[in-house]
Amino acid sequence: MTTSTAAKYGTARRTVTMRVNERGVTREVSTRTTLADFLRDELDLVSVHLGCEHGECGCCTVLFDGHSVRSCLMLAVQGDGHAVETVESLSVNPAELHPIQESFAEEQGLQCGFCTPAMVLRTKEIIETGQELTDAEVRHEISGILCRCTGYQNIVNAVQSAGAKLRGEATADGARGGRS
Amino acid sequence: MTTEHTDTAEKSGYRYIGKDRKRVEDPRLLVGRGGYIADLKLPGMLHAAILRSPVSHAWIRSVDATEALKLPGVVAVLTGEDCKAKMNPCMNFGPATIAQYPLAVDKVRYVGEAVAAVVAESRYLAEDGVDLLEVDYEDLPPVTDPTAAMEPGSAVLHEEHDSNIGCERIFEFGDVNAAFAGADLVVEDTLRWGRSAGMPMETAGAVAQPGFNGVLEIYCNSLSFSYFSFLIAGALRVPSNKLTMKPVPAGGSFGSKLAAHKVPTLAGFLALRVGRPVSYVEDRIDHLGNSDHHGSDRFYEARMGFRADGTIVGLDIDVVDDYGAYMQFGVGHHGNAFSQVVGPYRFRDVRYRLRAVLTNKCQQGAYRGFGSEVHNWVLERLVDSGAARLGLAPEEIRRRNFIQPDEFPYTIPGGNVYDSGDYPAVLDKALSMIDLDGWRAEQKRLWAQEGRCVGIGLATTQERSVFSSTEFWFLVEKTVLPVTSSPESATVTIDPTGQFQLLLHCQSMWGNSPETVGATVLAEEFGIPPESVNVRYADSAHALPSTGPGGSRYTVMVAGAIRGASRKLRKKLIHIAAHTLEVAAEDLELVDARVQVSGAPETGLTLAELAGTAYFFALDLPEGMTSGLEESYTYDHPYTTLPAPDGSDFGVFYPIMGHACHIAVVEVDPDTGMLSFLDYVAVHDAGTIVNPRSLGGHVTGGATQGIGTTLYEELVYDEDGQFMSSDFRDYLIPTAGEVPAFRIGHVQTPSPFTEYGIKGGGEGGRMVAPAAVSAAVDDALREYGMRVRQLPVKPWDLVAAVQTGTDRQLQRRLPRRRDR
Ligand code: FES
Ligand code: FES
Repeated sequence: MTTSTAAKYGTARRTVTMRVNERGVTREVSTRTTLADFLRDELDLVSVHLGCEHGECGCCTVLFDGHSVRSCLMLAVQGDGHAVETVESLSVNPAELHPIQESFAEEQGLQCGFCTPAMVLRTKEIIETGQELTDAEVRHEISGILCRCTGYQNIVNAVQSAGAKLRGEATADGARGGRS
Repeated sequence: MTTEHTDTAEKSGYRYIGKDRKRVEDPRLLVGRGGYIADLKLPGMLHAAILRSPVSHAWIRSVDATEALKLPGVVAVLTGEDCKAKMNPCMNFGPATIAQYPLAVDKVRYVGEAVAAVVAESRYLAEDGVDLLEVDYEDLPPVTDPTAAMEPGSAVLHEEHDSNIGCERIFEFGDVNAAFAGADLVVEDTLRWGRSAGMPMETAGAVAQPGFNGVLEIYCNSLSFSYFSFLIAGALRVPSNKLTMKPVPAGGSFGSKLAAHKVPTLAGFLALRVGRPVSYVEDRIDHLGNSDHHGSDRFYEARMGFRADGTIVGLDIDVVDDYGAYMQFGVGHHGNAFSQVVGPYRFRDVRYRLRAVLTNKCQQGAYRGFGSEVHNWVLERLVDSGAARLGLAPEEIRRRNFIQPDEFPYTIPGGNVYDSGDYPAVLDKALSMIDLDGWRAEQKRLWAQEGRCVGIGLATTQERSVFSSTEFWFLVEKTVLPVTSSPESATVTIDPTGQFQLLLHCQSMWGNSPETVGATVLAEEFGIPPESVNVRYADSAHALPSTGPGGSRYTVMVAGAIRGASRKLRKKLIHIAAHTLEVAAEDLELVDARVQVSGAPETGLTLAELAGTAYFFALDLPEGMTSGLEESYTYDHPYTTLPAPDGSDFGVFYPIMGHACHIAVVEVDPDTGMLSFLDYVAVHDAGTIVNPRSLGGHVTGGATQGIGTTLYEELVYDEDGQFMSSDFRDYLIPTAGEVPAFRIGHVQTPSPFTEYGIKGGGEGGRMVAPAAVSAAVDDALREYGMRVRQLPVKPWDLVAAVQTGTDRQLQRRLPRRRDR
């Protein structure tokens, strides 16, 4: 293959090292590999779902140094030296869900489950700010992720409920914390 | 605010059915192990990417793959020529003269149609290969306006079909001319429903693997493959026993994966050509422009006649439906409309002129409502128009026309039957959940004091469920395949320790919660915890007759199948117990996972004890009984009849009839056209509810899509047939900010025709929201003479209506506008 073809099609490779779900990984990757494909294909973290691959649906959201990013819009090489969390960092065991995942199940904050890992990670980020949000604020915070199934309110309920749970509040009907 | 549920429940006496409980599907989805098609990797798997047509109508003169094939990693390039040589056309329920292949043969007929497939070691390399293909097109005149497409001089899409009219029929039931002649008021309208689509977050995909013994295995997220797989085998020229379709969960469908048959057909074709596993997963551009499941795209001239007291006397519809370039489902979309052509109303005279037109756009498929949501919108637009002219409130005109609870089963014009219903109860329930008078007073006050535009819209819908397959062919004069079966099967196994396995015979894992439904029904039948049931899916090599989800049928049908299998198993368990306990079978009952003597429950055997006997102690079984505890049952459509041979009616084809009423309160900003929801009430009657939580999910998800259809979503083609909606910046689906917290109410009128009285509830939300929101928009801008005639209604339409309305009323002193 000629150099120009290599340049055009990005056969250049580079070594990246990052922390993914608290575990150090080093891999040689093609420079054009997206972070999403790297997580899915190289590390088998298939919770990272691709709904559009151009930054509009948010389904590929992961936490990058604690903040949500669209992993389809980043390259794996940009992850070099950074920390990435996917939903696998909460729990990979269906029998032992993390409280956030549990809240989504309790509130039926999911149907097909395709947007769900992104919503769960975004919830983690929202909750970690420590702020209590109104329903309208939660809607604003999750509006970057499209869900085609639920009609959103149950997701809002799940976010509120998870927040209440993790703040140690429990209300009469489970931990539902909806406020307007 | 949380989603509210209120229920007008029958005293059901069920222990598990009707109880709110968590879904059994959720835990694996929550840990990111949904097992979607893109997660599947097979050893040696290759990836395909598709070159799509940039032009809407052209002859394909040549496809030059020389450069692409030089690229390291590219394994093969295949085109329509290869398809024509090596396969038959794809599944087709439309006219036989309109043939379709997964890659365009000779001609491209819309922007986005697949022209060539590149198979390579990775998706990246396959896309590189696509970039290097050279295609020589010879342009033909684009045919994009359906009215012009019907003109004799128009360029023809399919030479063999020799006109662009796919289907033209006039159906008349009763005497419409007489009805209109006797009417006190006739309202007429020109209405336009734009194209939208199910648009699940996960696209369609398939992985095909040429297996051992010449068996081709295709994994795919299509939903009804156990119904259609023999047709895919036919297209691929593979004997149907040498094709195994393997179920993979779907990340949403809403109709779009009902029979996404071209995707598995293409993957299978490519795998057979290269002799290796091939994965083809649509990207979003593939899906938006070529999902083959665009929704209805209709132009109406519609009339409705009324008596002075508000009684509807007749309906006259002239509809042109822009079907795009092919017709995979014939005109089933209008069959759906026909199943509830009079809505919940009693009038008897209906004329329906249908012209289904071929144009240079992507073909239509299924989208939640499958065409009946459009009909409902038209019907409700006309009813509201009549009410306004007659000075009746929206709720009052409906009340005066409803079919009454004692009139069921009710045969509508056209021959379909509504099984049961209580429409006044649904309306009353909706009205009880919202302070309508309060909102009407507030609306006046806000307009008068602050110039704010608040509107209240009320609409109802029928929600037909449990389709019969006759609806795919009875509207066309000559059909390719006049099928009459649409069964569903289930296999229930109690293992040697007494644990339950449930095998479903079609792929169905999506929002309709099939596993929760199945586990709940088994729990009801055997008194076991629903969470303990393990649910699996059969591949097509093992599947019993099954149709799959679609037309809100799955919950009803699978519950019927599971109950049938359960009854057979219960009988066997009781016989084993009778033999073991030396008690007459009639004296035994199955309660809480135990067979016991009625009236003397201390004498009995647990399911585990009985299972042990059934599997391991053949000599203890009654004479002639075979070992094991597994039973299957195929549940057929609960009530379907053939169309009349002379076409005078369509027979019974969609008799399970739900109902819903939505009331939306909106505010429209007249300066920007921005719309916000102040309240939203949705009351549905889906018969006996299996799980209010998952049904509520259907309602809110469906209503959200209905709001999308009404205000945001449209698949746009320009006059040259260029596709203008190829990403989510152009195709706007609602985000969390655009939709309200729906307040949901349930009414339950069980179906007399189905097991447990369940009716389907998958589509109702989308069926009624467009009518309710349109009415609310009209009401909000009533001072400006607003009338929604076209969907989606965009902010600039609202602003334009305000400006023209204001201009017309320049002399009229408007109230002081609120300061913004
Ligand atoms: S897949 Fe990344 S935003 Fe859609
Ligand atoms: S649950 Fe299906 S997209 Fe959100």
